[in-house]
Amino acid sequence: MVAIALEGLGARYGRNTILSDVQTGSLPGGSLTAVIGPNAAGKSTLFKRIAGLVTGPGRIHLTGAEGEDAIRYMPQDTGGNAVLTVYESVLLAAKQGSGWRVADHELGEIDAILAALQIGDLSFRGLGELSGGQRQLVSIAQALVRRPRVLLMDEPTSALDLYRQIEVLDFMQRRARETGMAVLIALHDLNHALRYCEHTIVIADGRMRAGGATAEVITPAMLREIYRVEARVETCSRGRPHLIVDNTAA
Amino acid sequence: MTAIATSRALMDGRVRYRALALRRTALLAALLAALCISVCVDMALGPANYTIQQILAALFNAASVSDQLRVVVWDIRMPIALMAVTVGASLSVAGAQMQTILANPLASPFTLGISAAASFGAALALVMGTAILPFAVTYMVPINAFLMAMAAAMFIHFASTMRGVTVETIVLLGIALVFTFNALLSLLEYLASEQALAAVVFWTMGSLTKATWGKVAITALVLIVTVPLFARQAWSLTALRLGEEKAASFGVDVRRLRLTTMMTVSLLAAIPVSFVGTIGFIGLVGPHMARMLVGEDQRFFLPASVLCGALLLSVTSVVSKTLLPGAILPIGVITALVGVPFFFVLIFTSRKRAW
Repeated sequence: MVAIALEGLGARYGRNTILSDVQTGSLPGGSLTAVIGPNAAGKSTLFKRIAGLVTGPGRIHLTGAEGEDAIRYMPQDTGGNAVLTVYESVLLAAKQGSGWRVADHELGEIDAILAALQIGDLSFRGLGELSGGQRQLVSIAQALVRRPRVLLMDEPTSALDLYRQIEVLDFMQRRARETGMAVLIALHDLNHALRYCEHTIVIADGRMRAGGATAEVITPAMLREIYRVEARVETCSRGRPHLIVDNTAA
Repeated sequence: MTAIATSRALMDGRVRYRALALRRTALLAALLAALCISVCVDMALGPANYTIQQILAALFNAASVSDQLRVVVWDIRMPIALMAVTVGASLSVAGAQMQTILANPLASPFTLGISAAASFGAALALVMGTAILPFAVTYMVPINAFLMAMAAAMFIHFASTMRGVTVETIVLLGIALVFTFNALLSLLEYLASEQALAAVVFWTMGSLTKATWGKVAITALVLIVTVPLFARQAWSLTALRLGEEKAASFGVDVRRLRLTTMMTVSLLAAIPVSFVGTIGFIGLVGPHMARMLVGEDQRFFLPASVLCGALLLSVTSVVSKTLLPGAILPIGVITALVGVPFFFVLIFTSRKRAW
């Protein structure tokens, strides 16, 4: 099974250091890891650094996978207004770096991904006709079609309604378990992190502030320090932890 | 039941995609057929009108036609007709790739100042007799035009590589270049003798009538060399239309792709302009027409841009010969006159679509 560990990872844009010293233990495949933190904390930069889109110090230890396609980044930006159908846009993601010819099994792969995300009915709709939520689902299909071993998802549920958020996170959790893929997922809804993610990394002001098992990381003290809110984590009658925010911190 | 439905859905996607690809291939074939017809009509029209049969006979069985017809078709009209094809194709592909890499529907050799720079270079030669390359005085008009066009394209390119420069900035820089070179051109026109002024005005209107086999060969060669370069990058260029960040996430080296594409586009835009003068709208409208017909998958969009640009300029060449009997109007004037209403139609009929 794949595993990823970050050692002293940082990121620079030109001379400016945006992120520094991110250190994690081994983040195992088959599960979801939440990357949380306030806006502009450096979560996207961390993902870009892991994906090799920005440079910086530190090392990424990847075990159980190799090759260019092993790590894939799904940006928050769901794409421009290209005159392409959903089907073509997913094919595009699958075919990067290969020839013009499209084989039947490659099309079958796209059909399967779109069906799994329950957006097969959108296949031949133009990207410009989609809602923000639908675009986010197409982005997930584009990310999954190359079968990455480590998937970095930058706020994949931000434009989705509640039903779709749960559906997508359930799907990703199931997919990670089935394929052994490691999924790092930037989230703003900490209840989603509590419910779906085994591990959590907290980023704030371009630095890693905490990391470990989700239940140990999302604590009232962390929420007060990082998010400036007074909050509790309580377990409901079904045994699930829930975050309850009482107030903003004084 | 569910398994059957799923299997049908899978089949449906595959089949529908294949059908879409086939329809687009048929559209490309139809464009090619229309282009062949237009080229034949273009060769048939002129001070002496010939029938299409006569033109076909001159093309495919030259020994069976009179010397006069053979000379008119092969030495006079065919270079002009093929120049329309190669120039139209070049400008359209240049516009298509400029729009792709700059993510802007208004990008074209005309709107980014490359044509205006070429006009200024030509005017320098025509008015001042200044050759930018002193050893090439005989060809100073096209060489000046080419060098100025390349300089403008390179300026746009290097500006686009500077930190903090966005695609919007690039388009604004292009507009600034248009105004600058137009002002410089006006200054030269103000200083020009009557004869030189007439030459500059004629050059800036754009004309195919000075086409020669040599010029056709050069523009065709540039096209033949550059189009396969774009074709090799078809998936990457298409990905760029999903946005820079998305393309990078697919593994595209965006910076390098932009650099190589812009350099290739510069050549593609500068060569035809230096030979035929300013021909606007083809580089803008050709790609939009191609986009409407086949979408933006570069495997279809690239050949469609080639064919749409070639067809538009070839049809314009026909129109320029037929509007006033016995006279050939400057093609740059006709492209604008045909292009503007067409562009309005495009804008008002495709508002719901992207760009």
